[in-house]
Amino acid sequence: MSFITVNNLWKEYGDQVILENLNLSVKQGEFCTLVGASGCGKSTFLKMLLGQETQTRGELLLEGEAFPGEPDRNRGIVFQRYSVFPHLTVRQNVLMGLELEQKPWLGKLFGSARREALEKVGAMLESVGLSPSANKWPHELSGGMQQRLAIAQSLIMRPRVLLLDEPFGALDPGIRGDMHDLLLKLWQETGTTIFMVTHDLKEGFYLGTRLLVFDKVRNDPHDPQAFGATITYDLPIGQTDRKLFEDIHQSVSETARNQAA
Amino acid sequence: MRMINHHPGRVSATLLGLLPFLLIMLIYSLASQERLADNPNDKLLPGLEQMTAAVDRMAFQEDRRSGDYLMWQDTTASLARLGMGVGIAASLALVVGILNGVLPLVRANLAPLVSALSMVPPLAILPILFIVFGLGELSKVMLIVIGTAPIMMRDVAQRVRELPGEQLIKIQTLGANSWQVITRMALPQVLPRLIDAVRLSLGPAWLFLIAAEAIASTEGLGYRIFLVRRYLAMDVILPYVIWITILAIVIDQCLRLANRRLFPWYNAGGH
Repeated sequence: MSFITVNNLWKEYGDQVILENLNLSVKQGEFCTLVGASGCGKSTFLKMLLGQETQTRGELLLEGEAFPGEPDRNRGIVFQRYSVFPHLTVRQNVLMGLELEQKPWLGKLFGSARREALEKVGAMLESVGLSPSANKWPHELSGGMQQRLAIAQSLIMRPRVLLLDEPFGALDPGIRGDMHDLLLKLWQETGTTIFMVTHDLKEGFYLGTRLLVFDKVRNDPHDPQAFGATITYDLPIGQTDRKLFEDIHQSVSETARNQAA
Repeated sequence: MRMINHHPGRVSATLLGLLPFLLIMLIYSLASQERLADNPNDKLLPGLEQMTAAVDRMAFQEDRRSGDYLMWQDTTASLARLGMGVGIAASLALVVGILNGVLPLVRANLAPLVSALSMVPPLAILPILFIVFGLGELSKVMLIVIGTAPIMMRDVAQRVRELPGEQLIKIQTLGANSWQVITRMALPQVLPRLIDAVRLSLGPAWLFLIAAEAIASTEGLGYRIFLVRRYLAMDVILPYVIWITILAIVIDQCLRLANRRLFPWYNAGGH
């Protein structure tokens, strides 16, 4: 049985169709990148995986069971911005999840439990390269460091699924490369299943194990919202030939233009 | 060069800021001198001498009848009322505001009431307070609470709702329950904003305090001002007004400093 199963999934807001007839099966430990024009439902799909949105029709299953209807500790998330808590230092940000889990009322750890948790936090910070900044406030960090922090904060919970919503969209290209290396390293270490939404087709083309292209098959020029998007390409990474890249790029850009028109 | 691009230097900015104060003092002292030259017993625009004499009498000499130092007694009485009223209002605002901001069910239940209450003119219900709570301390404190709490409640709820939705999702993915969302996310981030709300509410709080004291009291800064008004004692009223202003400025600045010290992340642009 596959880890995540999507059967005939539809998402509509009133007349507006976002996703139509989505079918997908993902094994545990896969790293899927989701690309496509804006408004093609990548983020909506991610929100459904997160439990923030529910489908209009169809099935979304996690190991054969329906997805929980609200976010929980098994599904970590990193947004493009605002993923870390500004009132906590770097160390406290990463410690937070462990504290919340162990102390439902106080939400704070003390004594030996705290020391133990802090050791884990230290190791986590080390692996994302934030040890020197452990006592800083988030606003003192660069954009890339804030995203590292957000990833560390999620991964310390050992989530079964890690969802990334354009996590590197606001970063400089140089920093982005470093973040890719870090992400691949963490993925290999933890073996968690990752879904990453990105605008950057190139990013999607070589990061991870599987590329999912969200695009509209049908288009009504008079009513751009009439048809939803679906997965038009589902490719294992490695099959990175130039022609395919051009094809996808052209199709996605065309949809983007139609959306904007 | 355009006017909008003319920036004063440090020294000239300070001088420009002082200028209006000096002008007011100058105009006042000229007018006062003129009236006192006409009539040395003029009460309307007392000079510096009369005012210092009045302050000396009120603050540094025992009252002949009661044996108290009236100005200090008035000050402590007023500050106690103000502190209690604003303290209670801020606590209420914190609880109701956070619940309103975080829990949709409570918001649906309470937000309309809070909005309606914040529209009631507090002075219009002062008579009700006097009737219900009597003429003692309680009704004066209650006036401040009723006058400032609803607006602060709305402000706190609004601040909670302004926290990025991403944070709310994030903390849920870290396993937080509703209580933890309040105690570890909403409360600590809203505290510095509450202090800002209190600073803004102090103006109205003083207004309600002085109004209540003017109507029914036996001590307090507002009481004294309205008492000596009968004798046209501008030499007491003016120093009292200046003293109240100084108190208000000091309280405001203390809160501002406390905010900076207690929440370093807040003032450094961390929100």
